[in-house]
Amino acid sequence: MTCLPDRPPGAPALGLVIDLDTCVGCQACATSCKQWNASGHSGPLPDLHPYSAGAEGVWFNRVHSFEAGEGAAGRTVHFPRSCLHCETPDCVTVCPTGASYKRAEDGIVLVNHDACIGCGLCAWACPYGAREMDEVAGVMKKCTLCVDRIYNETIPEALRQPACVLACPTKARHFGDLADPQSAVSQLVADRGGQALMPDLGYRPVNRYLPPRQRQAESQPIEDQPTPLDIKNPLLRWMGRVLTR
Amino acid sequence: MKPAPSIVFFTVASGAGYGLLFWLGLLRPTGLLPQAPAFALTCLGLSLLLITAGLLASTFHLGNPQRAWRALSQWRSSWLSREGVAALLTYLPALCFGFALVSGASGLAVAAGLLAALGAAVTVWCTGMIYASLKPIAQWHHPILAPGYLLLGAYSGMALLAAVSAIGGVVGGPASFIVTLGLAGLVLKLAYWQIVDRLGPAASLASATGLEALGRVRPLDPPATETSWLMREMGFRVARKHAAVLRRICLLLGFVLPMLLSLFAGQFGGGLAVLALLLAALTVLAGILVERWLLFAEATHTAALYYHG
Repeated sequence: MTCLPDRPPGAPALGLVIDLDTCVGCQACATSCKQWNASGHSGPLPDLHPYSAGAEGVWFNRVHSFEAGEGAAGRTVHFPRSCLHCETPDCVTVCPTGASYKRAEDGIVLVNHDACIGCGLCAWACPYGAREMDEVAGVMKKCTLCVDRIYNETIPEALRQPACVLACPTKARHFGDLADPQSAVSQLVADRGGQALMPDLGYRPVNRYLPPRQRQAESQPIEDQPTPLDIKNPLLRWMGRVLTR
Repeated sequence: MKPAPSIVFFTVASGAGYGLLFWLGLLRPTGLLPQAPAFALTCLGLSLLLITAGLLASTFHLGNPQRAWRALSQWRSSWLSREGVAALLTYLPALCFGFALVSGASGLAVAAGLLAALGAAVTVWCTGMIYASLKPIAQWHHPILAPGYLLLGAYSGMALLAAVSAIGGVVGGPASFIVTLGLAGLVLKLAYWQIVDRLGPAASLASATGLEALGRVRPLDPPATETSWLMREMGFRVARKHAAVLRRICLLLGFVLPMLLSLFAGQFGGGLAVLALLLAALTVLAGILVERWLLFAEATHTAALYYHG
């Protein structure tokens, strides 16, 4: 059914918290996502012309780089973009076949690929561009929050997390229950002022993005060594010039 | 948004078909149209042909058209599903109408015709609401969009009806209806363009990234050097620079020319009127095709913000 489920009170809202302060844009989350999801629930994922011009395929996670702010306060922000597993997702309600659904038990938004007709309307209804058409199979695909990992009892418990979270070398990605205010991810959101994306559209996304920390005003980069002109003693200045020759 | 040919053709063809069915069912009992069963049967056949061709074309847009029957199940939440249900249900009174015309059951013909008219209006309304309900697309998520689909469907249906009824010998009434509906359509399109030209996007890149506190946000590096389905579908920008010219073509072909031809036909009548109204019907369809193509090409999706800023 593509009507949204009645979520039982206290049901978890599983999702990701992504730290834009520590993300270095290395693409490890994107490639590990592709590797895991090329098989399992969503597999295979198409890769057209992988070794020539025009290479393209389905990715559930894409890392953008943006410039934010002006002048000295400006900075580069790397921004991984994936499904936010919204509480009121239109991608589910617009689906004419019932293939697109939100799970009552943990809030994960999934596609039943056997019932999808590939009309693409759900992708139009998603403001975040989180859904991508598998043009080979003719069905819509999307981030599953690694539903086939996080409940998988055949892998060690510590590894029952989304592939992107495990792969991140700077620990910029965190997975947990955002409905529970005591959970580690909720605490992180509270401490760092985690942001919902495009909240005005009313989709109530679950995932949160932690904005970059404020720069400390007086901090000098450590590479800023004194130049020869900064050395007042002419003898030392002359020695410095001779020794650097 | 990418103007997929299958969807553009579907909304224009079935819009005109439902418009024709609507006017036929509604106006035939009033006596404004030729009363010969052959006339009504010709119009009915033409409308069902356009509707069916449009619906078939729309399935070409699907990745798995053999599963299209599944789209009838989610009418509780999905306008696309409602459209499918309404489209199929409308066939029942329409075919009943045809049966009544052939067998000469005039009471049944009136009742079935009116029911078919209702079904036609409901179906086109659902088509409009599919687009009007999409919040990420500011140019579509507007109260004027679905009434626009209804009005232009009615207008193009009337153009077809007038052409067939001119062949049947009745010119004046339908031709004057074209002028009225054409004027209404013209005002609607001008108002729509006025609205969308002033409209900002549904969100900004700053709110799309949660980085509003840092100030202005602009794209630096895209996630991939090559394109993707998402970019082709939501990042369509080809037509923007031609939009002004295409709008003028749409107004001229779709509204000004057919209204002049209808006025001419109403004035002179006879064989020339038939020719003029046939030409008017063709230019209306051509103009609405341009209009529908622009409706897609000029629409912007918030997902494109991540790429184009």
